[in-house]
Amino acid sequence: MRRTVFLASLLVMGLGGIVAEPRSFVTSAQEKAASTAEVKIDNFVFGPAAIIVPVGATVTWINRDDIPHTVVSTEKVFKSKVLDTDEKFSYTFTKAGEYPYFCSIHPKMTGKVVVQ
Amino acid sequence: MASNTKDEILHDHNHDGIDRRGFLKCMAWAGTGALCVIKGGVLKSYSMSRPSEMNPADMKGELSFVQISDSHMGFNKPANPDVAATLEAAVDKINALSRPPEFLLHTGDISHLSKPEEFDTVEQILKRASAKDVFYVPGEHDVLNDDGKQYHERFAKGAQEGGWYSFEKKGVHFVGLVNVMNLKAGGLGTLGHEQLEWLEKDVKPLKSSTPIVVFAHIPLWAVYPEWGWGTEDSAEALGYLKKFGSVTVLNGHIHQIMQKVEGNVTFHTACSTAFPQPKPGEAPSPGPMKVPAEQLRSVLGITDVNYVSGQHALAVVDSTLA
Repeated sequence: MRRTVFLASLLVMGLGGIVAEPRSFVTSAQEKAASTAEVKIDNFVFGPAAIIVPVGATVTWINRDDIPHTVVSTEKVFKSKVLDTDEKFSYTFTKAGEYPYFCSIHPKMTGKVVVQ
Repeated sequence: MASNTKDEILHDHNHDGIDRRGFLKCMAWAGTGALCVIKGGVLKSYSMSRPSEMNPADMKGELSFVQISDSHMGFNKPANPDVAATLEAAVDKINALSRPPEFLLHTGDISHLSKPEEFDTVEQILKRASAKDVFYVPGEHDVLNDDGKQYHERFAKGAQEGGWYSFEKKGVHFVGLVNVMNLKAGGLGTLGHEQLEWLEKDVKPLKSSTPIVVFAHIPLWAVYPEWGWGTEDSAEALGYLKKFGSVTVLNGHIHQIMQKVEGNVTFHTACSTAFPQPKPGEAPSPGPMKVPAEQLRSVLGITDVNYVSGQHALAVVDSTLA
């Protein structure tokens, strides 16, 4: 799922301006896929560390570690409660932009959501 | 995992002979705690798992206390499904010491998820310890969701607003620092300007011969910054302690024993009473390490510390729960 979104985004960015026809096809596929993008927390890493989603997409983080983590926007746009094992946090991005975030318990863990 | 090396570091501030290289010595990291004895500018550290190696003369002193750490009450994953039982075992170990400690230091991660019942359980279990006073500093697991409000109400009454404090016991000056608040993306533990300013003022009037014990959750030295095992502004804190002949820094957070001697400062990290973590860089992440059930108690522990007035030596003794 994540790869699909990522590839779709790349296609839109890289090819969209050049090839007219696939563009509309890719865009609709992207919108469908990106509406539920997921980031897994595993081994103290956000995966994927950077994702690209369209405006309106909801990103869900799920903690697959034995240790609790948080998802906190560096610019204080969103902030999860502490997520224990298998707990989830979702946020819907309504504005385009870059949203860097980190785990406030283990601040070496960082990630980024790019909303286009 | 435990090696046969003697769990002892001897640092002589007055003679040039022993251990002045400022190296990081990763000790036999299995342990439940450490005994510290302050004696004549020399800090000695023993593993409580090997009491036969303790020299009885070093165990005598005016003051002895025990450090426990990282009880993570509420953790229930395979690395240790019963962290209450291992904390109970730590209390048994404390109560079996030939010389009862005067108080306990808990260097944080009391709870796993900052839940009231987790804090309750730890307080209940520790009530059974021979030492009644417990001095706490918070770990990052104790200040989740509420910016530490609950922790402060329970464990930091009488402390400064940020939770840090100091006290005197038999001529030794103890400083409890908080380095788990307001962590920044990509960063390490942080003390912050306000706390550093307070520390500078707190130690200023003290004589340079006063033994200093600093305790905080995250190590105040760069154990392994890649895993966040260090504190951004610890150098500034240690700068205020340069004039003192004997400084001992006790930390938790990394769930294993490490010790480093640098000039007048001896750094020591204690074992967890809950679960072990891997050695720096030896696993993909610092997550809980699963060991065979029969080995678990050999990698958990407590730390016993003993101070002998006039001799300026602090002995730190770690012991496992096995």
